[in-house]
Amino acid sequence: MQGLDFTIVAPYWDLLLTGAWWTALLTVSAGALSFVFGILFAVTVLYAPLIVAYPVRVFMWVFMGTPLLLQLFLIYFGLVQIGIDIPALAAGIVGLGLHFAVYNADVIRAGIVAVDVGQTEGARSIGFGKWQTLRYVVIPQAIRNTAPPIGSNLIALLKESSIVSVIGIAELVHSAQQAISETFRPFEFYITAAALYYILNLVLEAGLRRFERNVEVSR
Amino acid sequence: MLGYSMDFSLMQRVFPFFVEAALVTIEITVLALILGLAAAALAAAAKMSRSAIPRAIGTLYVSLFRGTPCLIQLFVLYFGGPQIGINLDPFAAGVIGLGLNIGAYMAESIRGALVAVDRGQAEAARTIGFSRFQTLRKVVLPQAARLMIRPLGVNTVALLKGSALVSTISVVELTYTAQRFIGSTYKPFEIFGVAALLYMIMVYAVARIVDLLDKRFAIV
Repeated sequence: MQGLDFTIVAPYWDLLLTGAWWTALLTVSAGALSFVFGILFAVTVLYAPLIVAYPVRVFMWVFMGTPLLLQLFLIYFGLVQIGIDIPALAAGIVGLGLHFAVYNADVIRAGIVAVDVGQTEGARSIGFGKWQTLRYVVIPQAIRNTAPPIGSNLIALLKESSIVSVIGIAELVHSAQQAISETFRPFEFYITAAALYYILNLVLEAGLRRFERNVEVSR
Repeated sequence: MLGYSMDFSLMQRVFPFFVEAALVTIEITVLALILGLAAAALAAAAKMSRSAIPRAIGTLYVSLFRGTPCLIQLFVLYFGGPQIGINLDPFAAGVIGLGLNIGAYMAESIRGALVAVDRGQAEAARTIGFSRFQTLRKVVLPQAARLMIRPLGVNTVALLKGSALVSTISVVELTYTAQRFIGSTYKPFEIFGVAALLYMIMVYAVARIVDLLDKRFAIV
């Protein structure tokens, strides 16, 4: 048993901050992907012809029932197998993005169904087409109403993004591992990484609260 | 899939290994669930305590474990543990790490259910002479229990899928086995198919159990 010495972290501070920066970047880009695809999946499941909707439904079902880590292996190694050689970073963003898109889609689908029928009828009766009604009337309301659960999915995404370290993406966990491989001090570095995650989490939560307040005010 | 043909005989051949690995996943999940429920009950009680110190401890536990990734918590415990005199084998570290992590989420599920029971119920019980403990035991808990089942079920499904993380500290469970087979066969789709099937059967089983419990505790 060796004593703990957190001063060991100081020389690696830049490395860890770079890692944290990449974690933030991953969260934002995978979060954006999960939002866009969440809407896309939700609309497809609800309105597309069965031949398109059904595969998407099966995909959602499989991705909700299996661990993210397993899905990352599928994407990272599977795409190479079928001749698409993408870098680990892209595989990580796609994996995280699709995983959370499925959760967002589930929430948004429920949100779309919950929008009052009168809204659709009203839009249709003043001459909006089906697509226009969806695009300008139904989806904006559905997303506004489901902002809180979509926000919690983003918070989950921030934490789950740590998993992409296993396919070698240089985010926060990976930076900590790099420092540990030179210093053999896992406790100090993992605790420091945890603290950085905690701070990122607080910042994200504060940002989401502010965003939700704005949405609240604007209605 | 762009000319990729599935090798179904491979899936058949590896299936027995995956069933064995799935049993380890079940074992870890059940043990972590027991630990998590115990930690959650304690934390929920502490957070709702009248004295400040247990309240602070409960709040800190929930906030720290929910505010950081489960993966890091496992790494601190398994790789960092020996530095502070905690030497655990991968399986034990996995169970304890997963259990403490899900316990923080479950504490919120339990607290949410307790808070959701109408205050008038507790007030009325106290008025007719029930002690605080009796009120909790005979009036609030029976009503809250029903409200907890679904959220705790959601937590349990998350725990089951989250148990894949212990593969990173070399516990040989379902995801670890899948990773090894992908590495040795270069057949990611087949291997994913087998592992996904087993995960989904387990998730489905948990959902069914939650449904049954929900019916069992339903009032009407």
